[in-house]
Amino acid sequence: MKKLFEEHVETIVATQEIPASPSAPRRMTLNMGPQHPSTHGVLRIVLELEGETIISAAPDIGFLHTGIEKECEQKTWAQVVTLTDRVDYLSNLANNLVYALTVEKLLQIEIPPKAQWLRVMMTELSRLNSHLVWLGTHALDIGAMSMFFYCFREREDILRILEMFSGQRMMTSYIRIGGVALEPPRGWQQAIGKFIRAFPTNVDEYENLLDSNPIWTRRTKGVGYISLEDMLDQGVTGPMIRAAGVPMDLRKTEPYSSYEKFDFKVATRTENDVYARYRVRLEEMRQSARIITQALEGMPEGPWQADAPHVVLPEREKMKTQMEALIYHFKIVTEGFRVPAGEVYQCIESPRGEIGYYIVSDGTSKPYRVHMRTPSFGNLQALPTLLQGILLADSIAALGSMDFVLGDTDR
Amino acid sequence: MSLPAVKHPAVLETKEAFGETTLIADPAQIVDLCRYLKHDEKFIRISAVTAVDWFPSEPRFEVVYHLHSIERNVRLRVKCRVSGASPEIDSVTPVWVGADWYEREVFDMFGIGFRNHPKLVRILMPTDWDGFPLRKDYPVHGYKYDYGNE
Repeated sequence: MKKLFEEHVETIVATQEIPASPSAPRRMTLNMGPQHPSTHGVLRIVLELEGETIISAAPDIGFLHTGIEKECEQKTWAQVVTLTDRVDYLSNLANNLVYALTVEKLLQIEIPPKAQWLRVMMTELSRLNSHLVWLGTHALDIGAMSMFFYCFREREDILRILEMFSGQRMMTSYIRIGGVALEPPRGWQQAIGKFIRAFPTNVDEYENLLDSNPIWTRRTKGVGYISLEDMLDQGVTGPMIRAAGVPMDLRKTEPYSSYEKFDFKVATRTENDVYARYRVRLEEMRQSARIITQALEGMPEGPWQADAPHVVLPEREKMKTQMEALIYHFKIVTEGFRVPAGEVYQCIESPRGEIGYYIVSDGTSKPYRVHMRTPSFGNLQALPTLLQGILLADSIAALGSMDFVLGDTDR
Repeated sequence: MSLPAVKHPAVLETKEAFGETTLIADPAQIVDLCRYLKHDEKFIRISAVTAVDWFPSEPRFEVVYHLHSIERNVRLRVKCRVSGASPEIDSVTPVWVGADWYEREVFDMFGIGFRNHPKLVRILMPTDWDGFPLRKDYPVHGYKYDYGNE
């Protein structure tokens, strides 16, 4: 095995040719990153340039690899929830949700409607959060600085709502196996209602700001084209593929957590460039706002956690007064609950695309194997194709339009 | 999301569990089977390739392919059992280009070799790393540190 490994070790050799004549285009290798502001994390790309045109691009990932999949195998099923937050730190609730759904599929427990609707509402808030960060930083990369402030103004409101619900701004771990972590706090309807009434106007404001900016339109329209066949071949999902006209949205095609009960449209465009991806995400923000409004207005009554005492921690009050609840509490906290042996793959639509967890259980209180099929990893694979043949200056716009998170890529 | 049975000589066994279909396939014919699944069964997308280590039982590894058909809106899992002594399997990159990074990840984490892969190098770990972290006999803290005396 050692031999097999050594055979494959290679290093990227830098080249810099001296051109034959002064007018001939000069070939050079340019190292971009890992600490480049527009890579939004630590991504290194080795670019082969001819003049200012990119001949080839070789992404080098793994700088944020933290071994989360290995770590999952050491934790109990309930403890893993906090690890999933850290995978895609911009839309952590989508990660919580997919993990919870996968384990619930193995446990075969039923989730009450209120918990499902709360999950939908919070995941959509986290989608807004993620798209706002994307829009702000993407516009900042291209040179529209004020967008960043407007987007982060709204993001702050979302983070306050998340804090109100879970006690945490970013690493919320709000969605747990069997339901959600806490009962919605007092006054949550007012807080979300106030935000969601104002939000569609804010999206119009972003649209006006950017679309009336000739620099923005010139730098995004017709830039970063990649053919649909290439994207499907290389595993690209999410807004990238919807901007090429494929209405592939797992919320519609494979509904989970009662998404089938909500009325929303899948945003698609056909231009397949940076501008189309921006329009798709803008439209998704409007649709998410619609979903949140529906969830707010039609929130069902009832319990917010499943009736599964062997999985869900009992209420504090019950734990102190009922012997049975105390026993369950002790067992869940010390040993963790057992999950029947089996294997399951569950995927949901995260702000970046298809996020799927493949979980193998051997019947003990710890996962045997957790594989995270993260959207950024699949999307980033198409980077060499996307960057090939475009100008170096456009590569920043093209990179930004992919909306990858390196924590999500490297895990 | 039920799926009519896939009839191909490489399929050794078909399992249905939790509403998901799993095919156990012969590792020697995996590329044939994948070509058939892509072109005749319309599984045009490969969602992920991963592996499971069943140390110490034999065959030790399971290579797992998750396929998706957009047209038929179904998903399929294909599994191949690979021995622990010389873990090697044919690469499916000739069928789906997108399997490239996933196979590199499996090579990186489990040390399973993929024959005919265009560029089989480590992807997440440093290139000079020793060992394969997601194997069950690999300690959580790695080999670098010794916590024995603590």
